Amino acid sequence: MKSIIIDDEATARAIISQLCATYKDIEVVEEFSNAIEAIKYLNQNEVDLVFLDIHMPDFTGFDFIQTLQKPPKIILTSSDVNFAIQAFEYCCIVDYLAKPITPERFQKAIEKVKTVSTTTPKVNTPEDALTNTDELYINIDKRLIKIDIPSIYMVEAKGDYIDLKTDNKNYTVHSTLKKIQSKLPTNMFLKVHRSYIINVSRIIDIEDNSVLINKEVIPVSRQNRQKLMQRLNLL
Amino acid sequence: METPNLSYIEAMSNGDKAFEDKIIQIVKTEFVTERRQYEDFIDQKDFKKSAQMIHKIKHKISILSLQKSYAIAQHYEESLLMGNTELQTDFESILDSIQDFLNRI
Repeated sequence: MKSIIIDDEATARAIISQLCATYKDIEVVEEFSNAIEAIKYLNQNEVDLVFLDIHMPDFTGFDFIQTLQKPPKIILTSSDVNFAIQAFEYCCIVDYLAKPITPERFQKAIEKVKTVSTTTPKVNTPEDALTNTDELYINIDKRLIKIDIPSIYMVEAKGDYIDLKTDNKNYTVHSTLKKIQSKLPTNMFLKVHRSYIINVSRIIDIEDNSVLINKEVIPVSRQNRQKLMQRLNLL
Repeated sequence: METPNLSYIEAMSNGDKAFEDKIIQIVKTEFVTERRQYEDFIDQKDFKKSAQMIHKIKHKISILSLQKSYAIAQHYEESLLMGNTELQTDFESILDSIQDFLNRI
Protein backbone atom coordinates (compact mmCIF):
# COMPACT_ATOMS: atom_id res chain seq x y z
CA MET A 1 0.00 0.00 0.00
CA LYS A 2 1.41 3.32 -1.03
CA SER A 3 0.96 5.76 1.82
CA ILE A 4 1.62 9.37 2.65
CA ILE A 5 1.80 11.13 6.00
CA ILE A 6 0.46 14.65 6.50
CA ASP A 7 1.30 16.26 9.81
CA ASP A 8 2.77 19.63 10.68
CA GLU A 9 4.77 18.02 13.48
CA ALA A 10 8.01 16.23 12.55
CA THR A 11 7.81 14.09 15.70
CA ALA A 12 4.42 12.73 14.68
CA ARG A 13 5.62 12.03 11.14
CA ALA A 14 8.66 10.14 12.45
CA ILE A 15 6.53 8.00 14.77
CA ILE A 16 3.99 7.08 12.08
CA SER A 17 6.79 6.36 9.64
CA GLN A 18 8.42 4.07 12.20
CA LEU A 19 5.14 2.26 12.81
CA CYS A 20 4.63 1.80 9.05
CA ALA A 21 8.14 0.37 8.71
CA THR A 22 7.05 -2.64 10.75
CA TYR A 23 4.59 -3.62 7.98
CA LYS A 24 6.07 -5.07 4.80
CA ASP A 25 3.04 -4.12 2.72
CA ILE A 26 3.02 -0.43 3.68
CA GLU A 27 5.34 1.91 1.85
CA VAL A 28 5.50 5.54 2.95
CA VAL A 29 6.18 7.31 -0.34
CA GLU A 30 6.05 10.91 0.93
CA GLU A 31 5.68 12.98 4.06
CA PHE A 32 4.18 16.47 4.15
CA SER A 33 4.20 19.14 6.81
CA ASN A 34 1.18 20.88 5.28
CA ALA A 35 -1.96 19.82 3.46
CA ILE A 36 -1.54 22.08 0.45
CA GLU A 37 1.69 20.40 -0.64
CA ALA A 38 -0.04 17.04 -0.22
CA ILE A 39 -2.95 18.12 -2.43
CA LYS A 40 -0.51 19.03 -5.19
CA TYR A 41 1.15 15.64 -4.83
CA LEU A 42 -2.18 13.79 -4.92
CA ASN A 43 -3.19 15.64 -8.06
CA GLN A 44 -0.35 13.87 -9.84
CA ASN A 45 0.11 10.64 -7.90
CA GLU A 46 -2.13 7.90 -6.62
CA VAL A 47 -1.83 6.57 -3.10
CA ASP A 48 -3.79 3.94 -1.21
CA LEU A 49 -3.65 5.37 2.28
CA VAL A 50 -3.21 8.75 3.93
CA PHE A 51 -2.28 9.33 7.56
CA LEU A 52 -3.82 12.71 8.15
CA ASP A 53 -3.47 15.03 11.11
CA ILE A 54 -6.69 16.95 11.66
CA HIS A 55 -5.37 19.82 13.70
CA MET A 56 -3.13 21.86 11.42
CA PRO A 57 -3.02 25.65 11.31
CA ASP A 58 -4.88 27.39 8.46
CA PHE A 59 -5.96 24.24 6.66
CA THR A 60 -7.40 21.38 8.71
CA GLY A 61 -7.52 17.72 7.84
CA PHE A 62 -11.24 18.02 7.11
CA ASP A 63 -10.60 20.96 4.76
CA PHE A 64 -8.06 18.72 3.03
CA ILE A 65 -10.54 15.88 2.52
CA GLN A 66 -13.11 18.27 1.02
CA THR A 67 -10.69 19.21 -1.73
CA LEU A 68 -10.14 15.63 -2.93
CA GLN A 69 -12.21 14.35 -5.82
CA LYS A 70 -11.36 10.70 -5.19
CA PRO A 71 -10.04 10.49 -1.63
CA PRO A 72 -7.99 7.40 -0.81
CA LYS A 73 -8.49 5.59 2.47
CA ILE A 74 -7.65 7.89 5.34
CA ILE A 75 -6.56 7.28 8.91
CA LEU A 76 -7.01 10.42 10.96
CA THR A 77 -4.54 11.24 13.68
CA SER A 78 -5.04 13.81 16.41
CA SER A 79 -4.31 14.66 20.01
CA ASP A 80 -7.88 15.84 20.23
CA VAL A 81 -10.56 13.15 20.34
CA ASN A 82 -13.30 15.77 20.03
CA PHE A 83 -13.11 15.54 16.25
CA ALA A 84 -13.89 11.82 16.20
CA ILE A 85 -17.64 12.29 15.71
CA GLN A 86 -17.09 14.55 12.71
CA ALA A 87 -14.94 11.81 11.16
CA PHE A 88 -18.02 9.60 10.71
CA GLU A 89 -19.32 12.05 8.11
CA TYR A 90 -16.64 10.94 5.64
CA CYS A 91 -16.83 7.50 4.05
CA CYS A 92 -13.13 7.58 3.15
CA ILE A 93 -12.07 7.76 6.82
CA VAL A 94 -11.24 4.27 7.97
CA ASP A 95 -10.04 4.94 11.50
CA TYR A 96 -9.15 7.61 14.00
CA LEU A 97 -5.93 7.35 16.01
CA ALA A 98 -5.44 9.41 19.15
CA LYS A 99 -1.88 10.60 19.75
CA PRO A 100 0.38 9.31 21.09
CA ILE A 101 -0.25 6.34 18.83
CA THR A 102 0.55 2.94 20.29
CA PRO A 103 1.75 0.01 18.13
CA GLU A 104 -1.26 -2.06 19.25
CA ARG A 105 -3.81 0.56 18.22
CA PHE A 106 -1.92 1.21 15.00
CA GLN A 107 -2.12 -2.47 14.13
CA LYS A 108 -5.91 -2.44 14.56
CA ALA A 109 -6.16 0.55 12.23
CA ILE A 110 -4.10 -1.18 9.56
CA GLU A 111 -6.26 -4.30 9.86
CA LYS A 112 -9.31 -2.12 9.30
CA VAL A 113 -7.72 -0.61 6.20
CA LYS A 114 -7.10 -4.08 4.80
CA THR A 115 -10.66 -5.18 5.54
CA VAL A 116 -12.11 -2.15 3.82
CA SER A 117 -9.97 -2.85 0.76
CA THR A 118 -11.65 -6.24 0.27
CA THR A 119 -15.10 -4.64 0.16
CA THR A 120 -16.06 -1.65 -1.93
CA PRO A 121 -15.69 1.48 0.10
CA LYS A 122 -17.96 4.37 -0.73
CA VAL A 123 -15.80 7.36 -1.35
CA ASN A 124 -16.75 10.99 -1.48
CA THR A 125 -17.34 12.06 -5.05
CA PRO A 126 -17.46 15.64 -6.33
CA GLU A 127 -21.23 15.24 -6.55
CA ASP A 128 -21.33 14.20 -2.89
CA ALA A 129 -19.21 17.19 -2.01
CA LEU A 130 -21.65 19.50 -3.69
CA THR A 131 -24.64 18.04 -1.96
CA ASN A 132 -22.85 17.91 1.38
CA THR A 133 -21.45 21.39 1.26
CA ASP A 134 -21.86 24.76 -0.32
CA GLU A 135 -18.13 25.29 -0.39
CA LEU A 136 -15.57 25.56 -3.17
CA TYR A 137 -11.81 25.82 -2.74
CA ILE A 138 -9.74 27.93 -5.10
CA ASN A 139 -5.97 27.98 -5.39
CA ILE A 140 -4.47 31.45 -5.17
CA ASP A 141 -0.77 32.05 -4.47
CA LYS A 142 -0.33 28.50 -3.14
CA ARG A 143 -3.20 28.98 -0.70
CA LEU A 144 -6.51 27.19 -0.93
CA ILE A 145 -9.23 29.68 -0.18
CA LYS A 146 -12.69 28.57 0.78
CA ILE A 147 -15.57 30.22 -1.10
CA ASP A 148 -19.20 30.02 -0.09
CA ILE A 149 -20.85 28.95 -3.39
CA PRO A 150 -24.17 30.82 -2.96
CA SER A 151 -22.17 34.04 -2.45
CA ILE A 152 -20.81 33.75 -6.02
CA TYR A 153 -22.97 35.90 -8.27
CA MET A 154 -21.02 35.53 -11.50
CA VAL A 155 -17.93 34.08 -13.14
CA GLU A 156 -16.24 35.76 -16.08
CA ALA A 157 -13.69 34.14 -18.41
CA LYS A 158 -10.55 36.20 -19.05
CA GLY A 159 -8.12 34.31 -21.25
CA ASP A 160 -6.41 31.61 -19.19
CA TYR A 161 -8.05 32.99 -16.03
CA ILE A 162 -11.51 33.42 -14.60
CA ASP A 163 -12.82 36.23 -12.44
CA LEU A 164 -14.93 34.79 -9.68
CA LYS A 165 -17.13 37.49 -8.18
CA THR A 166 -18.69 37.09 -4.75
CA ASP A 167 -20.59 39.41 -2.44
CA ASN A 168 -17.47 40.14 -0.43
CA LYS A 169 -14.56 39.86 -2.81
CA ASN A 170 -13.48 39.10 -6.37
CA TYR A 171 -10.91 36.40 -7.13
CA THR A 172 -8.82 35.86 -10.26
CA VAL A 173 -8.04 32.18 -10.65
CA HIS A 174 -6.03 30.25 -13.23
CA SER A 175 -8.84 28.05 -14.57
CA THR A 176 -11.46 27.77 -17.28
CA LEU A 177 -15.16 28.48 -17.38
CA LYS A 178 -15.80 24.85 -18.31
CA LYS A 179 -13.92 23.60 -15.26
CA ILE A 180 -15.64 25.85 -12.75
CA GLN A 181 -19.02 25.13 -14.32
CA SER A 182 -18.52 21.45 -13.48
CA LYS A 183 -17.95 22.41 -9.84
CA LEU A 184 -21.03 24.61 -9.47
CA PRO A 185 -24.54 23.28 -8.80
CA THR A 186 -26.55 23.32 -12.03
CA ASN A 187 -29.74 24.32 -10.25
CA MET A 188 -28.09 27.56 -9.14
CA PHE A 189 -25.76 28.54 -12.00
CA LEU A 190 -26.20 28.92 -15.75
CA LYS A 191 -23.80 29.75 -18.55
CA VAL A 192 -25.47 32.65 -20.36
CA HIS A 193 -22.61 33.59 -22.67
CA ARG A 194 -19.33 31.97 -23.75
CA SER A 195 -17.58 34.23 -21.23
CA TYR A 196 -20.10 34.33 -18.39
CA ILE A 197 -21.71 32.02 -15.84
CA ILE A 198 -24.28 33.62 -13.58
CA ASN A 199 -26.03 32.72 -10.35
CA VAL A 200 -29.63 32.72 -11.62
CA SER A 201 -31.08 33.46 -8.19
CA ARG A 202 -29.14 36.75 -8.11
CA ILE A 203 -30.66 38.26 -11.26
CA ILE A 204 -32.19 41.68 -10.66
CA ASP A 205 -33.71 42.14 -14.09
CA ILE A 206 -33.47 40.98 -17.70
CA GLU A 207 -33.61 43.26 -20.69
CA ASP A 208 -33.31 42.08 -24.27
CA ASN A 209 -29.98 40.25 -24.46
CA SER A 210 -28.58 41.14 -21.05
CA VAL A 211 -29.15 40.52 -17.35
CA LEU A 212 -28.45 42.82 -14.42
CA ILE A 213 -26.68 41.26 -11.43
CA ASN A 214 -25.15 43.33 -8.62
CA LYS A 215 -25.01 46.49 -10.72
CA GLU A 216 -23.27 44.59 -13.54
CA VAL A 217 -24.83 44.12 -16.95
CA ILE A 218 -24.02 40.67 -18.34
CA PRO A 219 -24.59 39.79 -22.01
CA VAL A 220 -26.79 36.80 -22.81
CA SER A 221 -26.09 35.03 -26.07
CA ARG A 222 -28.98 34.17 -28.35
CA GLN A 223 -28.52 30.43 -27.94
CA ASN A 224 -28.47 30.65 -24.12
CA ARG A 225 -31.36 33.08 -23.79
CA GLN A 226 -33.91 30.32 -24.19
CA LYS A 227 -32.26 28.21 -21.45
CA LEU A 228 -32.32 31.23 -19.18
CA MET A 229 -36.00 31.93 -19.86
CA GLN A 230 -36.86 28.30 -19.09
CA ARG A 231 -35.27 28.69 -15.67
CA LEU A 232 -37.41 31.68 -14.74
CA ASN A 233 -40.60 31.51 -12.80
CA LEU A 234 -42.56 33.67 -15.23
CA LEU A 235 -45.97 35.06 -14.42
CA MET B 1 5.17 16.73 40.23
CA GLU B 2 5.43 13.89 37.69
CA THR B 3 8.69 13.60 35.78
CA PRO B 4 9.23 13.01 32.06
CA ASN B 5 10.47 9.61 30.91
CA LEU B 6 11.25 7.71 27.72
CA SER B 7 9.02 4.69 28.25
CA TYR B 8 6.78 5.50 25.26
CA ILE B 9 9.72 6.11 22.93
CA GLU B 10 11.40 2.91 24.11
CA ALA B 11 8.21 0.94 23.52
CA MET B 12 7.91 2.45 20.07
CA SER B 13 11.51 1.73 19.16
CA ASN B 14 11.28 -1.96 20.04
CA GLY B 15 15.01 -1.98 20.66
CA ASP B 16 15.87 0.10 17.60
CA LYS B 17 18.45 2.46 19.13
CA ALA B 18 18.83 4.45 15.92
CA PHE B 19 15.11 5.28 15.94
CA GLU B 20 15.27 6.19 19.64
CA ASP B 21 18.12 8.62 19.00
CA LYS B 22 16.38 10.03 15.94
CA ILE B 23 13.07 10.66 17.69
CA ILE B 24 14.76 12.20 20.74
CA GLN B 25 16.68 14.55 18.48
CA ILE B 26 13.50 15.57 16.65
CA VAL B 27 11.66 16.13 19.95
CA LYS B 28 14.54 18.25 21.26
CA THR B 29 14.67 20.40 18.14
CA GLU B 30 10.92 20.81 17.76
CA PHE B 31 10.34 21.48 21.44
CA VAL B 32 12.76 24.40 21.49
CA THR B 33 11.14 25.94 18.41
CA GLU B 34 7.59 25.38 19.59
CA ARG B 35 8.32 26.75 23.05
CA ARG B 36 9.91 29.87 21.59
CA GLN B 37 6.94 30.40 19.27
CA TYR B 38 4.51 29.84 22.13
CA GLU B 39 6.32 32.45 24.23
CA ASP B 40 6.35 34.94 21.37
CA PHE B 41 2.62 34.53 20.80
CA ILE B 42 1.90 34.85 24.53
CA ASP B 43 3.98 38.04 24.67
CA GLN B 44 1.95 39.36 21.73
CA LYS B 45 -1.24 38.26 23.52
CA ASP B 46 -2.15 36.27 20.42
CA PHE B 47 -4.02 33.59 22.34
CA LYS B 48 -5.30 31.72 19.30
CA LYS B 49 -1.81 31.12 17.95
CA SER B 50 -0.52 30.41 21.48
CA ALA B 51 -3.19 27.71 21.77
CA GLN B 52 -2.08 26.24 18.43
CA MET B 53 1.47 25.93 19.77
CA ILE B 54 0.23 24.34 22.99
CA HIS B 55 -1.61 21.83 20.85
CA LYS B 56 1.67 20.83 19.20
CA ILE B 57 3.57 20.78 22.49
CA LYS B 58 0.85 18.57 24.00
CA HIS B 59 1.98 15.71 21.77
CA LYS B 60 5.49 15.97 23.19
CA ILE B 61 4.06 16.04 26.71
CA SER B 62 2.23 12.79 26.01
CA ILE B 63 5.25 11.22 24.34
CA LEU B 64 7.20 11.90 27.52
CA SER B 65 4.44 10.11 29.48
CA LEU B 66 3.30 13.16 31.44
CA GLN B 67 -0.37 12.38 31.85
CA LYS B 68 -1.30 14.96 34.49
CA SER B 69 0.67 17.63 32.67
CA TYR B 70 -1.18 16.72 29.48
CA ALA B 71 -4.49 17.37 31.22
CA ILE B 72 -3.23 20.78 32.39
CA ALA B 73 -2.03 21.63 28.88
CA GLN B 74 -5.36 20.56 27.42
CA HIS B 75 -7.24 22.74 29.88
CA TYR B 76 -4.88 25.66 29.28
CA GLU B 77 -5.26 25.35 25.49
CA GLU B 78 -9.05 25.53 25.80
CA SER B 79 -8.93 28.37 28.36
CA LEU B 80 -6.59 30.47 26.22
CA LEU B 81 -9.05 30.39 23.35
CA MET B 82 -11.40 32.21 25.71
CA GLY B 83 -8.66 34.63 26.76
CA ASN B 84 -8.08 33.00 30.15
CA THR B 85 -4.37 32.81 31.10
CA GLU B 86 -4.88 31.41 34.61
CA LEU B 87 -2.91 28.22 33.90
CA GLN B 88 0.06 29.98 32.29
CA THR B 89 2.42 29.50 35.26
CA ASP B 90 1.50 25.82 35.65
CA PHE B 91 1.98 25.17 31.95
CA GLU B 92 5.31 26.97 31.82
CA SER B 93 6.55 24.91 34.80
CA ILE B 94 5.79 21.83 32.72
CA LEU B 95 7.82 23.30 29.86
CA ASP B 96 10.74 23.94 32.26
CA SER B 97 10.57 20.37 33.50
CA ILE B 98 10.61 19.01 29.93
CA GLN B 99 13.47 21.31 28.94
CA ASP B 100 15.53 20.13 31.95
CA PHE B 101 14.86 16.53 31.02
CA LEU B 102 15.75 17.03 27.36
CA ASN B 103 18.96 18.80 28.35
CA ARG B 104 19.97 15.81 30.47
CA ILE B 105 19.37 13.04 27.92
